[in-house]
Amino acid sequence: MSLSEARDGAAAVTPMAIGVVPFGLAFGATTVAHGYGTPAAIGFSVIVFAGASQLAAVQALAGGASAIVAAAAAWTVNLRLLLYTASLAPHLSHERLPKRLLAAYVLTDQAYAASIARWEKAPDDRAGRFAFYMAGAMTLWIFWQLATIAGALIGNTIPKSVPLDFSIPLVFLALLMPTITSWPAAVAAIGGGGAAVLSAELGAHSLSILVGAVVGIAAGAVAEGRVAQT
Amino acid sequence: MSKVWATILLAAAGTYAMRASFLVFARRMATVPPLAQRLLRQIPPAALASLAIPALLRPEGHIDVTQARLYAGIVAAVVAWRTKSTTLTLVVGLAVLLALQALG
Repeated sequence: MSLSEARDGAAAVTPMAIGVVPFGLAFGATTVAHGYGTPAAIGFSVIVFAGASQLAAVQALAGGASAIVAAAAAWTVNLRLLLYTASLAPHLSHERLPKRLLAAYVLTDQAYAASIARWEKAPDDRAGRFAFYMAGAMTLWIFWQLATIAGALIGNTIPKSVPLDFSIPLVFLALLMPTITSWPAAVAAIGGGGAAVLSAELGAHSLSILVGAVVGIAAGAVAEGRVAQT
Repeated sequence: MSKVWATILLAAAGTYAMRASFLVFARRMATVPPLAQRLLRQIPPAALASLAIPALLRPEGHIDVTQARLYAGIVAAVVAWRTKSTTLTLVVGLAVLLALQALG
């Protein structure tokens, strides 16, 4: 382990980790407010450890979904992790499998963003990568767990008149808007949102999230093909 | 086992499989094919919109454009777009919803 690399990794992720605190508070508080209890809130954060997908699962459960449908909602949100692992893999391919398996557990938007930014600047410096990545990823892990616990503890003290469950779509909006950086991305979002609403109206319930994601991905990919041709 | 814990274990198993996928096969897969990359790029906007938009348009289980959550959501979307801040989006969205509920 390179100490200076680890220190740099923690420093790079800390501002982003502070940014997830309100999100973690909202997750802990809404999970408890929906009646699932503090152990389940902590269980989600430690075992699943993927914020937006945890909220998606709780939203689906609160809407009456079965365990498998709620889990499918979480998987849909986490499909983007495939994008990150595909992008990180070449940078960590020299590490042994146990280390790569450990790196996989703590892979998040933030650890990915910090690591890829650094590694693309210094493509030949392989030795310190794992230390940098793990220190950054674990910094986020610690902030996320503490925020979840704090949110779970205050969840029941917030009066029922405060529409706390509205924080779930608000977090999704906060994550969605910065992803719309191109015309095809807007098509993916409008196609996905539209298909989700329409299929829900037709009785798809929580599966509408999956329907929306599939339609949105297809619409965005077609739009990107059109843009590439012109 | 309760439904919540079953959800946690199922969600975690699938999520870990996705996180580990390319990292496990790193030595065998040098590059991701362009079509796969194009599909992967669409995932964040498509998945996040399919989660957020139904919760704004049909919070009671049917399309309703006269309820406060839609308008609080539109204001929050503008805040998210201009500031890229989760905190500000949460605070403004909840405040607008509370205000609209108090008025209505």
